[in-house]
Amino acid sequence: MAHKGEKTLSSTFPKEVTSRLGGETVALCYQCGTCASSCPVAKVTERFNPRELIKLSLLGEKQEVLSGSAIWLCCSCYKCQERCPQKVEIADVIYALRNMAIKEGNTPNIYSEFAAGLMSEGRIVPLSKFVEKKRPDFGLPPLKPAGVDALRKILSTTGFDKIQWKKEEAS
Amino acid sequence: MTSYALFLGCTIPARQPHYEASARKSLAQLGIELVDLANMTCCAPPPLQSIDLETSLSMAAYNICLAEEADLNMVTLCTGCFESLAMANAMLKENEKLKARVNQILSSAGKEFKGNKEVKHYLRVLLDDVGLDRLKKTVSKDLSNLKAASFSGCHLLRPSALLKFDDPERPHVFDDLIEALGAKSIWYRNKLKCCGGLLRGYADDIALAIAREKIVNTTKAGADCIVTLCPFCFLTLDLGQMLIKSSFHEEYNMPVLHYTELLSLGLGIDPKELALDFHKIRIDKVLNKIE
Repeated sequence: MAHKGEKTLSSTFPKEVTSRLGGETVALCYQCGTCASSCPVAKVTERFNPRELIKLSLLGEKQEVLSGSAIWLCCSCYKCQERCPQKVEIADVIYALRNMAIKEGNTPNIYSEFAAGLMSEGRIVPLSKFVEKKRPDFGLPPLKPAGVDALRKILSTTGFDKIQWKKEEAS
Repeated sequence: MTSYALFLGCTIPARQPHYEASARKSLAQLGIELVDLANMTCCAPPPLQSIDLETSLSMAAYNICLAEEADLNMVTLCTGCFESLAMANAMLKENEKLKARVNQILSSAGKEFKGNKEVKHYLRVLLDDVGLDRLKKTVSKDLSNLKAASFSGCHLLRPSALLKFDDPERPHVFDDLIEALGAKSIWYRNKLKCCGGLLRGYADDIALAIAREKIVNTTKAGADCIVTLCPFCFLTLDLGQMLIKSSFHEEYNMPVLHYTELLSLGLGIDPKELALDFHKIRIDKVLNKIE
């Protein structure tokens, strides 16, 4: 998480995180590191450390947090959240940070692909024609149609369909 | 006969007919009726929660509304779907303000979340509606030579404050259900640790390093197979072994089975009916140990 260029802090960033769905508990952190010692990702790479990510957020390092790769390296296993003595909902805080990063246009390619699949088929894993055709051979009933119309209305109401899916150069 | 609205999700119908076939056949044999409802959508799992939590919560609530309208509790096979839906159900039941916000969004799709139904993982249905004793009596094959390494995946257990499925640090429900089939559920190092699957597609190197650890630990413990519940864990550990072979030049050939496959085999369902060809790692070793 090395800095490039000038350092800019945002004094309002902790409040922005706290006011978002998922981010409410971030300020309860007292940096004990129980999260990092429970984290399966931190065990195999130095590129991710949940305690560090929370610290940077509370220090107002908005740019570093939202444009860096660390927030995308959480595997959402909730081990940290389960064990946090301060009841910081760490995995949820990271969702909130990701939501903010995407609003700023920092979207990893794979997430743009998930969103595209969702908007066209109502599923994030596309069906396979081959598997679908073979269903009767396995004694499986025909698939019911997905609720794509209803879904599109929901996506339009929350503004999900207006997110700009800017592509990252490399992840 | 108890009936549930089946939430099938995206990955199972797209890639894992062996999971669906074994689930439908074994649960039917145990007197559990699965009702397929039209117009379900994606459950809104972690990748979508990462994009927008409010949208994800609304999508989960929308799906639960369909079960509410059909007057059925909902059952999931995938633990990812279980987490998304059960978490949303719990959050919206206990937070009126959030429920009002989500219902405002749902009104655009003509739905209203009421909060009068339950979302259950099928293990809970087996435990509560069938019970360990009846399950033991119904098993017709001998699995006593089989050492199974259970891997529930993260999202059956955590976040436990909302999911309330089992003790998050010392869970036993899944192991009890494996032992009810007559197999031995064995301990292995870091049993409750994630498979790394959700990092696939963004950080494949890290995902594979974490998955490899699971394969190494279950192999060292002498497991005959890994038993999974989540289609994503399955993919990460089954297909993952092909990737481990090409990246690490290590070959483990550890069979990975979904619990419903083991259950179906225990109930005496013909393996030919279970679409077992969809396994990347062949499971003959397991079939040979079942008498």
